Amino acid sequence: MAGIKNPAARRYTLRLFVLMAAYVLLLIFSKWMFRHGYGEGAVAYALAVLPALPIIGVFWAVMRLLVEQNDEYLRMLLVRQCLFATGFALAITTIREWLQNFDMIPPGDGGFGAAFLWFVGLGLGALFNRLTMGDAGWGGGCR
Amino acid sequence: MKNRLKVLRAERDWSQADLAERLEVSRQSINAIETGKYDPSLPLAFRIAALFDMPIESIFSAD
Repeated sequence: MAGIKNPAARRYTLRLFVLMAAYVLLLIFSKWMFRHGYGEGAVAYALAVLPALPIIGVFWAVMRLLVEQNDEYLRMLLVRQCLFATGFALAITTIREWLQNFDMIPPGDGGFGAAFLWFVGLGLGALFNRLTMGDAGWGGGCR
Repeated sequence: MKNRLKVLRAERDWSQADLAERLEVSRQSINAIETGKYDPSLPLAFRIAALFDMPIESIFSAD
């Protein structure tokens, strides 16, 4: 992380590390609570939602990066990346939904929900930027 | 939009990184502007013009 010169990118990376660590800890905690019979009533809802909070936090971190990135070109690349990710996630979930509507595939998402697809879309968005603009997005070496 | 950024930079013997540092932007930004992949905002164009002490229209022109 010390190699990241861009302050906004450095803050984003730090936030991402913290949120991912929180995700792992909360997931382990929630699973442990359910396994040991504490997941009942209103507590069960709270426990089930706990691991979702750091994932929502990652959305926040990406949006903060958009706000805090003062390099307009890098910000433009990130906007393109986010739009690509949103389009990708919406397209896949819509196709999946209609396949399920006609009973072509079983219900559920197999653990690959909208958030997962959006994060995959971010990666593909970076590839899209690389192919069309020559830059993947915010780089560790940028100011 | 076309620009003379690369020529002006070369005249001063500045690298892309040098220019990026003077403008407080990323080196990628300079490269994208020089190669015509990205048109800078008006505020950045003004900063570029101020750095080279030239009017904007001497640096940037329509295609």
